Amino acid sequence: MPAAPPDLPRRYLGVPLWRPRAAFFELTSCEGCQLQILNNEDTLLDFLSFLEVVQFREAMTEKAEDYEIAFVEGAVSRADEEERLRRIRAQAQVLVALGSCAAFGGVNQLRNRWADPALVVREVYGEAPVETALVRPLSAVVPVDLMIFGCPIRKEEVERIVCDLALGKTVTHPAYPVCLECKANENLCLFDLGEPCLGPITRGGCNAWCPNERAGCWGCRGPAEDANVAQLLEIMRRHGFSDEAFRDRLECFGGFASLPARPEGLPA
Amino acid sequence: MKRDCQVAIAPLTRVEGHGNIRIRIEQGRLLEARWEVVETPRFFEAMLKGKTWENAPWITGRICGICSIGHTLASIRAVERAFGIEPGPCTTRLRLLLKHMETLQSHSLHLFFLVLPDLLGVGSVLPLLETHRETVLLASRIKKLANDACDLVGGRRLHPTRTVVGGFTLYPQPAELAALRERLQAVLPDLDEAAALFGSLPLPDFQRPTEFVSLAGTDAYPFIGGEVVSTDGVRQTEDGYRALTNEYLVPRSTAKWCRLSRSSFAVGALARFNNNAHLLAPAARALAAGLGLAPVCHNPFANNLAQLVECVHVVHDAITLIDELLAGDLEPDRQPVRPRAGLGVAAVEVPRGILYHAYQLSDSGRIMACDCVIPTGQNHANIQADLTALAADFARRGHGDQDLELLAAMLVRAYDPCISCSVH
Ligand code: SF4
Ligand code: SF4
Repeated sequence: MPAAPPDLPRRYLGVPLWRPRAAFFELTSCEGCQLQILNNEDTLLDFLSFLEVVQFREAMTEKAEDYEIAFVEGAVSRADEEERLRRIRAQAQVLVALGSCAAFGGVNQLRNRWADPALVVREVYGEAPVETALVRPLSAVVPVDLMIFGCPIRKEEVERIVCDLALGKTVTHPAYPVCLECKANENLCLFDLGEPCLGPITRGGCNAWCPNERAGCWGCRGPAEDANVAQLLEIMRRHGFSDEAFRDRLECFGGFASLPARPEGLPA
Repeated sequence: MKRDCQVAIAPLTRVEGHGNIRIRIEQGRLLEARWEVVETPRFFEAMLKGKTWENAPWITGRICGICSIGHTLASIRAVERAFGIEPGPCTTRLRLLLKHMETLQSHSLHLFFLVLPDLLGVGSVLPLLETHRETVLLASRIKKLANDACDLVGGRRLHPTRTVVGGFTLYPQPAELAALRERLQAVLPDLDEAAALFGSLPLPDFQRPTEFVSLAGTDAYPFIGGEVVSTDGVRQTEDGYRALTNEYLVPRSTAKWCRLSRSSFAVGALARFNNNAHLLAPAARALAAGLGLAPVCHNPFANNLAQLVECVHVVHDAITLIDELLAGDLEPDRQPVRPRAGLGVAAVEVPRGILYHAYQLSDSGRIMACDCVIPTGQNHANIQADLTALAADFARRGHGDQDLELLAAMLVRAYDPCISCSVH
């Protein structure tokens, strides 16, 4: 993580503040993460006081190119996006992958399951010459300084991270799984209610967003440290869920693709 | 008089997704007016093929961050119709309530944050924080209420969590709904103020005869399922959606385009209004009359007025729904799911118009084929036709480049296009 520039213009409670010039970009995505940035109306003005937003296509026409921090939403799935991302990387001191698509490819990478990319195009566009490429996370193209996980991102978490950035603090992510947060929230475990859940192996930080609403986790934040996938497979089987249902969840947002150990016997 | 004019907007700002506008006028003659959709395609229909039904609402909700609730509800309805599940009374009301709150949040975001800057001559909402602070705060209040309501009913304001095939995973408590009712009441004066503001800002005077397509209400202003009508006299059930959309490919667009009776048609708030104005809540009807909006209105810029009218309607209808729920319909009624083979089609009115999802499911509930037709995809051809007519009008009258640039951007923005969603 690059340190804040030496010449710090502001202080807060005696601590020097960096108010970075920030730009927001989107590649292949639903733009939901940027929408999240505009949400949380109560703290929006406060949040904006930490950043000088100089580019945000979804929300403003004005734009400047001398940004220091770039938030990039979405995955890379076309040559022009790769080029754009390289230009953004060259300009930004800090490149932030915003959300699961940027971090792992998100749901977009599900189409990489098709062995032949040409077949995917034919399935949707017939014979029309539509340009596309395999879906990749930002980090497959350029170095990424920081990831903000989630589909969607949780605004409270973005606020904390931006605050840390502005104060020059090291940004950290929880190593523990969603399950821990779920238990801390005193939820009934979904397995006991007959629903599957990836909470035991998914990186926390969302405060068990889905299990709190009695919906099982689909792993949108990727694996927690030391995630024991094989053990969860056992739990899933014991509760009568199919291996396929487990695989569907593991592959949904792309975060688990990087896991070295895929449990034996799980259908590819 | 200026006879030459060049507009090149790439990409258009303050819309969702990537689209370009190119206009060329020489010697007072229109040579080119193009609406280009350059967004990257995402291939959701291919992603879902071979997956089981549980995946569909969760994954297709990710087609769009702004109307993820609408996508989720359309997906759920398609699966339920294929499996023969009739949602219970509580679920039906809560889904509509959730739909209404998505409409309120999406319309208010569009009106205040994306459109209003144009009407006040600035590039974004940021300068309005200085000059129109009260209005920005008012807009935030409306949007926050809608978002909080989506959290309450759907579990999350985007990519909802409680919404599942068969019902909801959790149902709100009576006290929570009563509190929401109070906040809905309290937001009505804000909407009056918003209406006064938008009513005082003149919209461009432009008309082009258009076919408007929307769901057909029978006894209520329609949002979920049923028949589809057009102002040209077409009438179809949602199952016949292919005959209504007739998708085709155009070289300069990664989104498919649509046509019906003419070479293009429009969906969205103005289309819903034009077909169903008589079914609006009385206060919304009164507002339309006050704004001079009457069916059939052929000015695409008036879509923004129709959105305002719908904001008032959905708040009133949400209050009615809560009253019905509190009067005895708030019984959790999630139903078991038993897969069976079949085709499930669903039509849902999302903020930008009719959204169709259709799945062919196997007897174990596997998705054999999937088709989604997105509102902005249906609007693209109409946006193009309006842009051509607007530019031609301009060529005749000969204004400056900047005027045309702003007007063209405002025209496309009036549709509130969801471009990344249309290239799903
Ligand atoms: S519901 Fe999921 S996250 Fe919560 S305790 Fe059970 S397995 Fe863990
Ligand atoms: S519970 Fe799981 S799927 Fe839900 S937000 Fe958290 S990590 Fe993502």
